[in-house]
Amino acid sequence: MSEWETGLAIVGMALVTLITRGFFLYPEREVPLPAWLKQGLRYAPLAALAAVIVPEVVMSQGRLIGTWQDARLFATAAATVYYFSRRGILGTIVTGTAVMLTLRIGLNW
Amino acid sequence: MAAGRFFDDARAQWHHPDFRRGARDMAGITLGISAWGLVTGVAMIKSGLSVGLALLMTLIVFAGSSQLAALPLIASGAPMWVLWATAFCVNLRFVIFSAQWHLYFGNLPRVRRLMIGYFAADLNYVAFLNRFPQARPDPRQEPYFWGGVAANWPAWQIPSVIGILLADRIPTEWGLGFAGVLALLGLSYSLLKDRNSWVSAGVAGCAAVAAYALPLRLNIVVAIAAAVAAGLLLEKWLPEKEAAA
Repeated sequence: MSEWETGLAIVGMALVTLITRGFFLYPEREVPLPAWLKQGLRYAPLAALAAVIVPEVVMSQGRLIGTWQDARLFATAAATVYYFSRRGILGTIVTGTAVMLTLRIGLNW
Repeated sequence: MAAGRFFDDARAQWHHPDFRRGARDMAGITLGISAWGLVTGVAMIKSGLSVGLALLMTLIVFAGSSQLAALPLIASGAPMWVLWATAFCVNLRFVIFSAQWHLYFGNLPRVRRLMIGYFAADLNYVAFLNRFPQARPDPRQEPYFWGGVAANWPAWQIPSVIGILLADRIPTEWGLGFAGVLALLGLSYSLLKDRNSWVSAGVAGCAAVAAYALPLRLNIVVAIAAAVAAGLLLEKWLPEKEAAA
């Protein structure tokens, strides 16, 4: 693709962002969702997070990781311990990242 | 005249106490958002995009996962419609979320709904539903939403621009992007409130791994569907009180 074609493609992607994020928000009339689905969508936010996180922790290149010597596992464990003992998200990020960098740079995992 | 009213509206939102609250609720995870923005900025340049196009992409597309999915397609010269279809599929989760946005913001004028829709990123959605679990309109919701956007947008865009400009000097092999995953992890833990949320989150995680081979990150859509189904089944067959007894 030429420079301007790529630019056009990017503008199109911005429109896709606009369209998808408000897909059912833009029509005047409410989408007639069945009551059970409305109720069930309460589980969607957490599910979306878990669906992003879990593969990022336990998979690499599309496969489950086969070794325990992976910095991500220890970073996740440290972050989890921090969260459930202290409850701060900032500390959770800092603790996990510190473990990650230590193992990556120190042990080359 | 119309512009004047727009700015009056904006000022009223800015001064509303829930604007601050929306920003504050997002503040804890901005570090993770920023790490992710930085890594995405670097990735755009490393894939071969020019600095100008990378800046255009981050500033107007404003959707990390769809940007990352598009980069190899742009690099390999895929047709434009393939690129757009990919972006749409990667963004399918937003289509699901938008049905809920309608329950809160469906009565606003269309221009306001378009603006809300464009800025409604994943974490804005998660924080908002945590703050307002009851799906009915409330005057505090709009300022809360914009407060979250005021924290999220710069936390993503500034590091992303830095990543684009300094792509060669930022060491991505250290796995800095993992800070973004850790931010989401902490956020998820804060949402685990009862047994059903633990179980549905576990189901979502397993489904996302099991369906990982699906193209276009459709494993996320599969995981959401599985978690919703699991949550509803638990509510029906094993209500929380009986389970505790």
